[in-house]
Amino acid sequence: MSEKILELQSITKYFPGIKALDGINLNIKEGEVHALIGENGAGKSTLVKILTGVYTPTSGKIIYNGEELSFKNAIEAQETGITAIHQEASMFPELSVVENIYMGHHLKKNGSLDWKGMRARTRELLHKMEIDLHPDTPVKNLGVAQRHMVEIAKALSIDAKVVIMDEPTSALTLREVEELYKIVRQLKKENKAIIFISHKFEEIQEICDYFTVLRDGKYIGEGVVADTSIDQIVNMMVGRSLDQMFPKAVVNIGETVLEVNGLSKAGSFKDISFQLKRGEILGFFGLVGAGRSEVMRAVFGIDKFDGGSIFLNGIPVDIANPKTAMQKGVAFVPEDRQSQGVILEQSLTRNITLPIIDKISRFGKVSSKVERETTAKFGRMMEIKAAGWHVNAETLSGGNQQKVVLAKWLATEPEILILDEPTKGIDVGTKAAVHEFISEMASKGLAVIMVSSELPEILGMSDRVIVMHEGKKTREFTRAEANSDVIIKAATGHNEETKG
Amino acid sequence: METNKTLANESRLVDENKGLKNKIISIITRWEGMLALIIIGMVIVFSNITPYFLDYFNLMNATFTFMEKAILALPMIFVILSGDIDISVAAIIALSSFAMGFGSSLGLGTAEIIIIGILVGGLAGAFNGLFIIKFGIPPIAVTLASLSLFRGISQAILEDQAFTEYPESFSYFGQGYIKGTLIPFELVFFLILAAGFAYVLHKTTYGRKLYAIGNSSTAARFSGVPVDRIRFTNFVLNGLFAGVVAVLLTSRIGSTRPNIAQGWELEAITLVVLGGVSITGGKGNIVGVILSIFLIGYLKFGMGLINMSAKVMIITTGFLLILAVLLPVMMDAIKKGNKLRFQRKT
Amino acid sequence: MNSIKELLKKREITLILLVIILTAAVNMRAPGFVAGENISRIINDTSILIMVAIGQFFVILTGGIDLSVGSIIAFSGMSASMINQYNPSMPVIYVLLIGTVVGLLLGSINGLLVAFGKVPPIIATLGTMSIYRGFTFVLSKGQWVTAHEMTESYMNLPKGNFLGMSNLIWSALLISALMIYFSRYTRSGREIYAIGGNKTAARFVGVSEKKVNMIIFSISGALCGIAGVMWTSRYAAAVNETATGFELMTVAACVLGGVNIAGGAGAIPGVIVGALFLGIINNALPVVNFSPFYQMLIQGVIVLSAMFINTMMDKRKEKQLLNRRSL
Repeated sequence: MSEKILELQSITKYFPGIKALDGINLNIKEGEVHALIGENGAGKSTLVKILTGVYTPTSGKIIYNGEELSFKNAIEAQETGITAIHQEASMFPELSVVENIYMGHHLKKNGSLDWKGMRARTRELLHKMEIDLHPDTPVKNLGVAQRHMVEIAKALSIDAKVVIMDEPTSALTLREVEELYKIVRQLKKENKAIIFISHKFEEIQEICDYFTVLRDGKYIGEGVVADTSIDQIVNMMVGRSLDQMFPKAVVNIGETVLEVNGLSKAGSFKDISFQLKRGEILGFFGLVGAGRSEVMRAVFGIDKFDGGSIFLNGIPVDIANPKTAMQKGVAFVPEDRQSQGVILEQSLTRNITLPIIDKISRFGKVSSKVERETTAKFGRMMEIKAAGWHVNAETLSGGNQQKVVLAKWLATEPEILILDEPTKGIDVGTKAAVHEFISEMASKGLAVIMVSSELPEILGMSDRVIVMHEGKKTREFTRAEANSDVIIKAATGHNEETKG
Repeated sequence: METNKTLANESRLVDENKGLKNKIISIITRWEGMLALIIIGMVIVFSNITPYFLDYFNLMNATFTFMEKAILALPMIFVILSGDIDISVAAIIALSSFAMGFGSSLGLGTAEIIIIGILVGGLAGAFNGLFIIKFGIPPIAVTLASLSLFRGISQAILEDQAFTEYPESFSYFGQGYIKGTLIPFELVFFLILAAGFAYVLHKTTYGRKLYAIGNSSTAARFSGVPVDRIRFTNFVLNGLFAGVVAVLLTSRIGSTRPNIAQGWELEAITLVVLGGVSITGGKGNIVGVILSIFLIGYLKFGMGLINMSAKVMIITTGFLLILAVLLPVMMDAIKKGNKLRFQRKT
Repeated sequence: MNSIKELLKKREITLILLVIILTAAVNMRAPGFVAGENISRIINDTSILIMVAIGQFFVILTGGIDLSVGSIIAFSGMSASMINQYNPSMPVIYVLLIGTVVGLLLGSINGLLVAFGKVPPIIATLGTMSIYRGFTFVLSKGQWVTAHEMTESYMNLPKGNFLGMSNLIWSALLISALMIYFSRYTRSGREIYAIGGNKTAARFVGVSEKKVNMIIFSISGALCGIAGVMWTSRYAAAVNETATGFELMTVAACVLGGVNIAGGAGAIPGVIVGALFLGIINNALPVVNFSPFYQMLIQGVIVLSAMFINTMMDKRKEKQLLNRRSL
């Protein structure tokens, strides 16, 4: 019988104005792979930060190895034996692989840093993980998947007892995922505990033993993975079942409104061609780093591209910047809501009226009345729940913030709506509302592109699916042709003679 | 007592108490409120120490010493609001003044001289903008280097000499009064400019975009705001108005030396930051800056009346700058402490 | 191993080559430039810049800047000179120590403002630049300390001849060696790079931004303190305007030496070569008949050009990297 290594009792965490965690209980055993399930905003990342000593809980107990502990900082947590591998590789781009692995716990010899020793250990680690990398390579020269591997090596170098993996496979190819499973199983054998955060049910079923579900900062339930069905877990996460989640209406698909030919950008994507028709929802699937966002940013005029052309309604256009894109009827809901989508420290009014500020002003003079009316109109359309239009966007939940982004783009009266991961980090209730909104827009004649990494979402919403892999378009499927297998195969490059 | 529950379910906001007492405290602790209080306090203190302080003629004349810095601060508001900084403005004044002196020495008239001054300022600002926006070099680095470049030109050619020949009519701008009154031209000019800047900042689309850029230039860019164009414009404006200030200053002192306006960049930035404009951008308004202009201007006037040395005044300016940035941090820490304490009670 | 060493080599070798070419060119125009005495003078002059530039380097590494270096040099130099003036019997080594401590204190005030007051480095040091300069005036009551008031031993401090090099040059060498060791072989040294590279990642691995800020500004202050004593003793004068505008030169040395002005990348050897380059230019000016009044202008041009070149080179490197990622 394996021992309980880590126990959280009634952990609560307040931030000024927000209760992030409310009485969380968690029981982790040695040698167990424990899935932590819940939408973002459910409190998972806050919990991880508490476990790794970045935050201190407002109340509640952390019991590690039978002893009640509190960490004053991240280093203490690490020294105790808890470490985390984060979703967005947080690395030091100018520094080497060795240093990225050892920052914070450099090895010393006779009072000075022991670079020779660190390099040797790094070589060992990389070899064990079967990664072909030179220890002195500056991390900025590495690709996304390689950086992730370095993150994992970092965790292994600490010899932790509890390893937290936060969405570790989002950027990995199939083969790399298998490698990761091998590493996880190895860690299990060494009696380490793994807290595995993922929203991919296939993975959870493949590798995890036990699970705990969080929702809205509260503990909902736990159980043995093998004994629980996906539907039951989703129910706990969400409060409703899978097929209630994707409302798809039947829409008449019209003429081609956007055509992209041979679009290329060195280092990002190559030879991308596709068409978009009025009334359709075109899904773009691929792994992180496949280049989908980059393509959309180029179409919207945020980034420049090197080759290819864009046609709107049959006419070639030169979209030099987002303003031009907007004027031509293109709207873009970006991936990173908090830094690209909304301006957190400004009011909903300022946020919603920003793209159209010139349109609703005469000779540059702003009318507060028109600002308020516009905001109210589109804010109500999106059913944004807030105390008033004057509150700052940062006081809203992730889901409501996304509604603000949608409202502001709705106000531009677009013909084409590009959405990049529209439901990332949103509570499930708002998720459904967003999907409904997208379907409604399509049925009104809008042409929609939806970039997403969530397979159910892509399968549920799209009329057609385009799959990208490492900057190239690999396959295109109609709704009828699309299923999990073929899409995943195309996304991991199995259709080509590249490393599989 | 009203409790605000509307957001509780959607975003887990904790209830906050709003009462009359808290409302008054929040007005006073607003930046502009505090500045007003300090001004009142200062007036009381100085008028008790010396009878020369509350004298209409003196107060009007005192403005000669700080209206130019005041005008320098106006476009700086735009720069700092957008999250940038420009420490080359004083050097642009020097360059601009040099160009005007040069023009004057060639026999040009007042109108031409003024045009040269303002134009050179604008070009210098554009020069900054080019390096900052087009080449993407951080503003502090570019303006630190360009300040040497601009003042260096004046110094290299003038060495330790000065231009002292300016046409008679030129001296009106810095020294003259509005006909028939005791009100200096510079004061009126400043007030008109301030009104203009206030309008642009608070009532136009340009102002809206400035605040957006200052709070999140990325999100602004994604929303169609021409971030680069606006930032560039801000630096050009800074240069242009530095040119305007050069006209006023040169007109007032009647000569050009390489060390003209030494240290004025610090003053301009201090005026803006003390006025409640956050150095990281996106927050602040014109009322606070105007208050801080008169606060510092008359503070120095008062200190001069009681014979404090210029050096002490420079130290004071430095202190005020740092204080202006420290205070919001401290106030924030207190507010957060209060919120957390309140949360623990419930 | 290879890729990094290659890059480093390239930058510093290029600079050293430039230094050599520059020296040769100046010598052609004005023979005698490369004379032993002249070179010795140049290196002595540059020693002070090297010390202070290393302090500035650490601050720039974190993405900040220290605009108060000139003022700290002035104040500590003035303090030391006045101590020497009124306590002529105090051994000079103690005076040097006091000057260093004064600089350290002034620098740590900067550190406190940035670390705990959360004041951005630009603002903090822009403010203290004025405050410390003002203090200098107040301390000296507007008076200067000249050779008449200084003791022989004080003025001899930077001189001396041990193995052919003066005390001043030895100090610079010692400080350089110490700081290079600090930056490469101590945890705190590497933590500075971490903060400059990625603040959030640094926090995650337990690096304290507060600690790093206290360290870098204190070091910068201490080095300015030493420099202040050396400056006043070398030029036998403690003047209120000492080192005005010096901050630009220190930034210039860093930029020329390949330090990224936005932080995260750079190394001390580069800073030293950058400082040498500037030292040669400054000394070459009068020799090639450029009036000293041109110094400010030329410095501005050099720094701007160097930053421009840095940026262009970075952009090219990035493009090469992107192109290499096979698509």
